[in-house]
Amino acid sequence: MPKQDEALFQFLLRMGDNTLVLGHRVSEWCGHSPVLEEDIALANTALDLIGQTQFWLGLAGEVEGKGRSADDLAFLRDVWDFRSILLVELPNGDFGQTLMRQFLFDAWQSIMLGRLMSSSEKRVADIAEKASKEVAYHVERSAGTVVGLGDGTEESHERMQAALQHLWPYVGEMFMSDDIDAEMVKRGIAPDPASLREEYDALVGRVLSEATLTIPDDPFAHKGGRTGKQHSEHLGHILTQMQWLQRAYPGANW
Amino acid sequence: MYAQVVESTGKSVKSPEEMSEKERAFQARIDAGEKIEPKDWMPDDYRKTLIRQIGQHAHSEVVGQLPEGNWITRAPTLERKAILLAKVQDEAGHGLYLYCAAETLGVSRDDLTEQLLSGRMKYSSIFNYPTLTWADMGAVGWLVDGAAIMNQVPLQRTSFGPYSRAMIRVCKEESFHQRQGYDIMMKMANGTPAQKAMAQDALNRLWYPSLMMFGPSDKNSVHSAQSMAWKIKIDSNDGLRQRFVDQTVPQAEYLGLTIPDDNLRLDEETGHYEFSQPDWSEFNDVLRGNGPCNTERLNARNKAWNDGAWVRDGLMAHAAKKAAAKIAAE
Amino acid sequence: MKNEWPLWEVFIRGKHGTSHRHFGSLHAPDAEMAIKNARDVYTRRNEGVSIWVVEAEHISASAPSDKGPLYEPSNAKVYRHPSFFDIPDDVGAM
Repeated sequence: MPKQDEALFQFLLRMGDNTLVLGHRVSEWCGHSPVLEEDIALANTALDLIGQTQFWLGLAGEVEGKGRSADDLAFLRDVWDFRSILLVELPNGDFGQTLMRQFLFDAWQSIMLGRLMSSSEKRVADIAEKASKEVAYHVERSAGTVVGLGDGTEESHERMQAALQHLWPYVGEMFMSDDIDAEMVKRGIAPDPASLREEYDALVGRVLSEATLTIPDDPFAHKGGRTGKQHSEHLGHILTQMQWLQRAYPGANW
Repeated sequence: MYAQVVESTGKSVKSPEEMSEKERAFQARIDAGEKIEPKDWMPDDYRKTLIRQIGQHAHSEVVGQLPEGNWITRAPTLERKAILLAKVQDEAGHGLYLYCAAETLGVSRDDLTEQLLSGRMKYSSIFNYPTLTWADMGAVGWLVDGAAIMNQVPLQRTSFGPYSRAMIRVCKEESFHQRQGYDIMMKMANGTPAQKAMAQDALNRLWYPSLMMFGPSDKNSVHSAQSMAWKIKIDSNDGLRQRFVDQTVPQAEYLGLTIPDDNLRLDEETGHYEFSQPDWSEFNDVLRGNGPCNTERLNARNKAWNDGAWVRDGLMAHAAKKAAAKIAAE
Repeated sequence: MKNEWPLWEVFIRGKHGTSHRHFGSLHAPDAEMAIKNARDVYTRRNEGVSIWVVEAEHISASAPSDKGPLYEPSNAKVYRHPSFFDIPDDVGAM
């Protein structure tokens, strides 16, 4: 694969692996949510994420040119080949933690997709266009829930503050740049992740303040997921579950 | 069925002479095919029986999310994952529609939920069986949804308006459920030897529990008779079971799978299959709480409800604060 | 603690210009959440383009016992229907 295609391939894996892993996590709630209406809403979010995964990984396979489908990429790669950020790999925790993670991701994704809609690579712009409508609703819903729970009862406030405390160190990874990003910027395919930070901080700051929650001071950020250098231990367990059938019965048609 | 053993409170079907004038007028409306609406006068027993039946039906949908939800994170392809998730989500929706129908009778959803969680109200026995392989996702859709549809289609004509409307919506949405199950079975039955074995194993385990879904034989059952007079039960348990077997056997043959019943044979004269009854003592065990998964299912629902209390309360508290702030600003 | 979310009635307008139609009910802590929940619960199959919600307790309904006085009198007013009038075919479409 030519070097510039390799960079695009990696970029697409980053987009698709995030939605794949988060979609998996969110789908774990199905049948276990606090109330039926939330159960149905979370399933909608998971369905959108799975659908986006099919587009991102489908295009990744196309760019790679080795005949791998979205399913091949999802079900037959091991941990080191994944490019998901650590944030989406984290276990769900309680409902508040799940929604806080969702909001922190939705906010980033909505801004990212907004920029990708003017990508020089039409196939990327097309996916972004479709996904951005779904994500605009995700962020509205998760922001509303974060505000409601942050500014709800004493208990819900404490739980949401604890969730934010726990998750905040995983936010920074979304804005780290490397050579792949530089190549994407050069070709006008995708923005420099760092350039999204200001808009992100404004959006997240507004919602969290309405939620009466305090953003931790410590700027420390975990990393290693989007580069694939060092994933969380959780990812291996996710894949063990997700890939079980494809691994146990190679070549079977489902 | 989803409401397998709903005891109607009527001792036996009342004859017109035993009825009060109001009851006679009520029965006449039902006989004329009119719908009964929530604010209409209705006999207490009609109301109570309906609350039990719709409640059980709703509980079955919600508990029914669990055995299939068990495989969402292990679905073999992205498309299968999406389809399964959408289907299990539909079940939550169906539970929601049904609870709303029950609520029009003057019971709250939280009340019904608490009755489920404490074991005072039942749900269909079928959901106390485990889903062990991916083929179970096929078999559940094909057999369990197939049986459910068979019951729900006639219930669209039930006498209680909100229940009837809920059933119409459920049937419309559910039409894809059985087909996706059979689609999985076709892939498995035509797949590798291991897949075919998996499909046969799923049929072996789920066949009799599916037959149990229609409930015990309703010969001599006064409960069934009263419910049928009220048109909140449309067909007899045995009649539906026979229809299910007649419909399903050829479908199994098409798949090249064997129904686990040595006594199964087509009666050329009647055109109906003869078949073995399920083990009704096992059915009673499951209803009494001793099915393979009763404990897990109820624990899962209890955990979801209890763990979610702070969320429900938190969002409610926020809504109250917002409303108060709005009034203060006016 | 008894703190059930209130019940809301959901009305949805489909794509083809028909009016909002009662679709069903759901629970939500407030109107804003009720609209979102309605979107997630009742438009999963592309059913609508506009949602109204109203808290169930704010709906006033006619009493079933008034059915006779309210609705039967209109039965007698057959002249309100176009089929009441015989217009010769020769007149053409009307």
